[in-house]
Amino acid sequence: MSAPRPADPHPETTGTASPALLRDFYRTMLTARLLDEEAVALQRQGVFPAYVSLRGQEAAQVGSAAALDRDHDFAFPTYREMAVALALDVDMVGYLASHRALWHGGLYDPMRSRFAPINAVVGGPVPHAVGWALGERLRGDPGCAIAYFGDGASSEGDVHEAMNFAAVFAAPVVFFCQNNQWALSVPNDRQVAGGSIAARAAGYGMPGVTVDGNDVVAVHAAVREALERARSGAGPSVIEARTYRLGPHSTSDDPGRYRDPDEERRWRERDPIARLRAVLERDGHADTAFFEEAEREAGEQAIRIRDGVSSAPPPGGEEMFTHVYREPTEALRAQQRAWREEAEL
Amino acid sequence: MTELSIAEEPVPAPARGPSMQQAINLALEKVLEEDPTTLVFGEDVGRLGGVFRVTDGLQRRFGAERVFDTPLAESGIVGLAVGLAMNGWRPIPELQFDGFAYPALDQIVNQMARMHYRSRGTAPMPITLRLPSFGGIQAPEHHGESLEALFAHVPGLKVCAPSDPADAYRLLLQSVRADDPVIYMEPKARYWDRGPAELAEPTEPIGSSRVVRPGRHATLVAWGAMVHRCLQVADLAAEDGVDLEVVDLRWLKPIDADGLAASVARTRRAVVVHEAPLTAGLGAEVAALITERTFGDLLAPVQRVTGFDVPYPAGPLEPQYLPTLDRVLLAVQRTLEA
Repeated sequence: MSAPRPADPHPETTGTASPALLRDFYRTMLTARLLDEEAVALQRQGVFPAYVSLRGQEAAQVGSAAALDRDHDFAFPTYREMAVALALDVDMVGYLASHRALWHGGLYDPMRSRFAPINAVVGGPVPHAVGWALGERLRGDPGCAIAYFGDGASSEGDVHEAMNFAAVFAAPVVFFCQNNQWALSVPNDRQVAGGSIAARAAGYGMPGVTVDGNDVVAVHAAVREALERARSGAGPSVIEARTYRLGPHSTSDDPGRYRDPDEERRWRERDPIARLRAVLERDGHADTAFFEEAEREAGEQAIRIRDGVSSAPPPGGEEMFTHVYREPTEALRAQQRAWREEAEL
Repeated sequence: MTELSIAEEPVPAPARGPSMQQAINLALEKVLEEDPTTLVFGEDVGRLGGVFRVTDGLQRRFGAERVFDTPLAESGIVGLAVGLAMNGWRPIPELQFDGFAYPALDQIVNQMARMHYRSRGTAPMPITLRLPSFGGIQAPEHHGESLEALFAHVPGLKVCAPSDPADAYRLLLQSVRADDPVIYMEPKARYWDRGPAELAEPTEPIGSSRVVRPGRHATLVAWGAMVHRCLQVADLAAEDGVDLEVVDLRWLKPIDADGLAASVARTRRAVVVHEAPLTAGLGAEVAALITERTFGDLLAPVQRVTGFDVPYPAGPLEPQYLPTLDRVLLAVQRTLEA
């Protein structure tokens, strides 16, 4: 459990960000990395039935989330957006509870967190982001929505329908694609016709940009610009963050069956956390004491969350029934009573 | 029993009040007026007023922000509604025809029906999905489907189907004011039926059925356009001295099991009639609910008269597919003779 220090850190970065912001990015990305490692370990220990690692995508997630207006915007994740949740201060025990299979969607409060429930239908939440954003515009409120999806989800009809709707309605939404090169076992060249998800934006009459998804500053700048555009009433845009899923699709997956270890090695050399560290060091924005402190704090936070989720009480069986409707049906109440009587035997 | 073909069906009494399609329009007007968070949207619902003119004049009256056309994409329409609901709106989307609900099934089943549950009750989902439904208008393929069993099977949804203008008005007000997602199935074949001049507020809770014709010898259970068919059957049976009760189920989820039981406990015989195919249709659920509650009272097995287990057929075959007067009468005969 230590911060990655690869041989070729690719320290170049586009755009600018204040040293304080860069240090914040670093702390959050490192916490996400260490928490991700804890989560994988929890799966190995049998605490989580399965887990989906975001290793390698920390810059794309933290950079995009950090651009959001925390009071007004709303994020719609799929299931690999743990670092987005972390950057948005979502209750991480509640977030990881989904991976402990305590509650599909997680145990955090999605409305108060402004981070929708974890959604396992990739592409499914993308039209929700458009609806949410249209709701802001209709009310004259300033919020924007960000829809997270991947290169695999970009094939889903819902993503295309959502982009078209958003452009027709000029909805304040940012379509943020993390292209991590692999949709489970299927590579980009078998997934994305034409090779670019950003290029599809042109067909919907909105801007589409490709950014280096392992460059947190570039990601942050692109999302900030798209949000400014959306907030000003100029409508939606697409951002394709090119990144890489360094781990398997999930803890049940074996990438050895479908991808070249050399490719993984090349991307490990472009590890987003190591790159940010190199920039901080190069520009003198952080010293050894900072990195040591960041690592200590990140490790402590990761362990706190790990221990929290490991010992979190599962929701009671009553909850199986109580959230189905706001106004429950008599038939469901009867089933609940029957269940309770059996449970109490 | 009298043999009748479709062409010889009794002509309904001359009508005075609004048609069902106008009654739904008036209900939409009322909810748009009383609740500023309601939004009406879908394909062609704005300037055109909908292909059945159900939303006629609403955009003119309430503006293009509250009543608006969407691109032609059913999944997108329902997904939009889910996002709007999460942002505090009360969406009333329309899917133009029943068969086009299939492209939206993921958003209906995996998203709309589950978002409240997934979010542990924090995400509001008060959506009323209007769905022109059922057959009887000799429409092209995919324009005459009966999806109620599919929707009733999905946890988190409520489903209703009105049978006449006055009830269409009440059920729509109830559906929109409900804080849960409701599939509101409009029987296309009855859009132009007229009813009483006065439309009234709903007085009974969601899930109430109603006896539309009291009778003593057997209970006919139906919803949507088949209620009218059952009333015709009851008129014909009365000529032979058979006194049939007709129950309009209205709510297909939740189903008024107690109301069904109360009727069948009196008549001791039941026939359920629906347009959808037989196998795993809602008639099976109705028959089971009746049997569970009135087994000791029943003098005959619950009969089902339904569409066949075939894809909805084209025009000339439609009258043979839908439960005919003869088929319902024969089922009544079977249950009386059992």
